Order: sequence, then C-alpha cells, then structure tokens
Amino acid sequence: MDQLIELLKGNARLSNAELAVMLGKSEEQVAQEIAQLEKDGIIKGFTAIIDESAYDPNSVFALIELKVTPQSQSGFDEIAQQISSFDQVEAVRLMSGTYDIIVEVTGKNIRDISLFVSQRLAAIDAVQETTTHFGLRVYKDNGIIIGGEEKDERGMF
Amino acid sequence: MIDYEKALNKAIKDMKPSGIRKFFDIAQGMEGVISLGVGEPDFKTPWLIRKEAIDVLEKGKTCYTANSGLMELRKEISKYFERTIDTHYDPEHEIIVTVGGSEGIDLCIRSMVEPGDEVLVVEPSFVCYCPIVELCGGKAVSIETKAENEFRLTADELREKITDKTKLLVLPFPNNPTGAIMRREDLESIAEVLRDTNIIVISDEIYSELTYSGRHVSFAQIDGMRERTVVINGFSKSFAMTGWRLGFVGGPHQIVSQLLKLHQYAIMCSPTMSQYAAVVAMRNCIGDIEKMKNEYDMRRRFVVDAFNKLGLDCFTPQGAFYVFPCIKSTGLTSADFCEKLIYSKKVAVVPGDAFGACGEGFVRVSYAYSINHLKEAVKRIGEFLEELKNGEIQ
Repeated sequence: MDQLIELLKGNARLSNAELAVMLGKSEEQVAQEIAQLEKDGIIKGFTAIIDESAYDPNSVFALIELKVTPQSQSGFDEIAQQISSFDQVEAVRLMSGTYDIIVEVTGKNIRDISLFVSQRLAAIDAVQETTTHFGLRVYKDNGIIIGGEEKDERGMF
Repeated sequence: MIDYEKALNKAIKDMKPSGIRKFFDIAQGMEGVISLGVGEPDFKTPWLIRKEAIDVLEKGKTCYTANSGLMELRKEISKYFERTIDTHYDPEHEIIVTVGGSEGIDLCIRSMVEPGDEVLVVEPSFVCYCPIVELCGGKAVSIETKAENEFRLTADELREKITDKTKLLVLPFPNNPTGAIMRREDLESIAEVLRDTNIIVISDEIYSELTYSGRHVSFAQIDGMRERTVVINGFSKSFAMTGWRLGFVGGPHQIVSQLLKLHQYAIMCSPTMSQYAAVVAMRNCIGDIEKMKNEYDMRRRFVVDAFNKLGLDCFTPQGAFYVFPCIKSTGLTSADFCEKLIYSKKVAVVPGDAFGACGEGFVRVSYAYSINHLKEAVKRIGEFLEELKNGEIQ
C-alpha cells in the first residue's frame, strides 16, 4: 500500500497496468487497492502540478495568517470550513503557534488577493487579524522541483 | 623530438579504450538525449554520510590514514562481512580499504598474474578485467555465459576452460551488464570444479546489496572456498557513493598482505574524508540501502516487462541495476542498434559486445533512472522498433 501511494504521489498518471507490473501485483488488485484508498478517504483526488508563474506570469500566490476567535460550539471548524468554501483558496490549515489558521491563495494579481482578504476574510466576524505574505518565487511544490531542475551529470561507465 | 611510440609501453598502446565510452561521447555531443547508459545510482549519497564528510573537513582531519585504511572502518567492514556473507575477515590483516572496487580488482590481478598465466574471465562482464590481465602479460580467457542459463556460470563451462596455466577466475556476480546472480547451488557446483586446483577466485561482489531474490551468497561462503577467494566490494553502488572512490577487499592474510604492498606503493591510502564518512554509512545508513533497493526493484519489473512487450526478449535479472535485452530479432548488430537508436530517437544504451564478444546481440540498459525517465525512453524505443520494421530507418 505504501509503495502504491509513493508511486502515485510521484506520477498519478501511471496506468494500473504499469503500477501492477512495478508492484508485482495483478491489475485488478491495484484497481481494488486504489478504490479502497479513495473509499477510505486517503486518496482525495488526482491533480496536475502547475507552475503558476509559467502558466500565468501575473498570477500571485499568498499565504495568509489568521487570528481567529474560536466559536463556543464548533471551535475553529466552522470558520475554517467557511474559508475553505471560497474558490480561490487552495489550502486551509489549523496551526499551532502565533496564529490559528493559515490560508493559501492564488489570485490573478495583487489586487485580486487584496480584495479577497479585505472583503472575504476580514469580513468574517471571528477573524481578528490577518497577515498576508506574498510569494516571490517557487522552488519546489508538491515534492516537485519547479525550475532549475538538476542536470544529470553522470557519465556512462 | 620525442618518439612517443618508443616511450610508451606496448601493452598500454594495444589496450582498447572502453566500448562504453564511445556512446557516451556521442550522447554528450547531442541535445535532448535520454540516456539509459549510466552505471551508477541516481540517488544522492544519504545525507548523514555527506554531513560526516563535511564535519571531518571542518575539523581538518585531512591526513593520511593507515595504508590499509582507518582501523575503525576496517572493523565495521569486518562486521559487515560477518553480517552479510557469514564470513570472518580479521580487520588487522585481512581487509584493505581501496580506492573503489576497481582498485581491489587491479591489486588482485597485478599481485598474482605473471606472464603466461591464464585468467578466466566470466563474460559478459565489466570492462576492466581483461586489460589489466594483459598488462601483466597474462592471457585473459573468456568464459561465455548464456542467456538460456540466465547468464550464470555452469560447472561444465568452467571445467572446459581450465588448463595447467590457469591461475585466476574472475567471478563477477551480481553481474554488470546482465543482472545475473549465482545462487548457492550454482556456486557449490563451481566450487567442486575448483576444489583440487590452485586457482584463486576474485569474487567481484560490488552489486551484492542489489540482489532482488533472496540473499546474496558469496563464493567465500561455500565450504572450503574462503581460502582461495578474494572478495571485492565497496560503497559505490550500495550507498550511492560512486564519486567517493571507496571500496574494500577481504581475503586470506597470505594474499592480502601482498596486495597491501602494492596498495601502499601505488595509492598510499584511500581518501581520508571518504573513509570517515564510510564509517557512518556502515553504522547508520543500512536502512537507506533497503529503500534504494526497493525503488530499483520496481523499476526493474517495469523495464523487463516493457522490453518483453516490445518484443525484445529480456530475461528477468536478479541483481544490479541493468537489464540485458536481446536485440537479435531486429537483424542489427549491437553497435548498429545503439547507433541507429541514438541518432534517430536520441536514446543512449550500451552495446552488449562492450562487455565481451559474447555480449553481441544484446544491449545493456540501466534502470538507475526515475520511472518517468524510463517511461519516455521505452516509448522512444518502441517507436524506433516500429520505424525499423517499416523500413523508415536506414
């Protein structure tokens, strides 16, 4: 199972037949295991890893730290779920440390993100404070080196 | 004017450069080549090992070590031999830390071979044995292993080649380029042939950690064979430490004490920083070997399956990180196949005959690459075979 997950994390487009060969299992077995991982909520989906700066050079990535007042019934859950529902939000995590929630957002430009912070996030009553960090450059994302891939310098011996 | 012809040793002048080199040079001169040619891991040396070398440099521990290597390291190597091949070598007198496995091979051959001696070299195999034998005035006698025997050496093949001049047998398993291994029963039948002879065995076990079915067995483990065997091993393939140039030999002290003299005069000692780092490798990084091996194993299955599907027969190798598909069905020679492949599809593989004449009709494919890299290469080879069949490639 671990090996299957590692292979899929490296390349989710490997066919079941290819995975089966590499793992020494049957194709049916692999299909079944993937289905089980999805059913158990371990695999949440398969997505492409995009170098946003190559795709749209104007796009902007931001990490937004939020201090949030926990709600009496739901703690942080309700607020976090509300933030998660916004389309432009890529990730939401509850954190330990000096702030409570961290939000990852990609916008078309800086204005786009500013509007999102001021009109969407700051508008939530429980949000006490926001700090927005804009990304300058990506070096690695989802385990993939972005730009400046290492050249294979091995000779043939 | 210096007459260089006169100045140089004839044996060196007659020595052919490695056949692997030629395709490397072609690949170097082209853009966008996908190589399946390398003979070294794609993994980086585990971080703990690199860190140790950095620390050692910071502390300025940069002097020579004892000729045979740091005692601390020799003790670890001794434990390693006991753990992996159940064989004891005394760290004081029976182990030398060498500059890669290559130096160990060189030491053994040069310390034993005299003009006229015959050295049996199991082929296909790594390119270095025969040239060194010939440099010593010895005669390299090839023993050809066959695909139908999964490239294992059989007792009959060995018996046929033994004469009263035979001094050494080079036993290179797990094998580069075929990926063949020798199981215990195969080694036992070899031992029976050698038992009443004075033939010494150089067992080149540099790929021992990359054995995919069961545990690696050394010739030295076979009953009564320790006394006639020098085991060559090293850190290059197992710990992904090729550039550190560090190997080791283990053998009976009567032989090792003689090897040590040559090592002492030619090399002095192996690189000190590498030796300290290797102590950490032996103590703390055995787990990394297992991880790398699992990764190679998945690639191995992938590549074997892919070549067989392409119609290039490929026996399932049980060791090292190479497959050795047969390309005879294309009607091309190994060299032609490799040349056409690199020029038409920019994929570099190594012709089998670079590893001995009996490698003709095969190519060596390394799978020390990522799956994505291997997938692309296999795709291109598939296109190549198709175009070849349709007469689109001249």
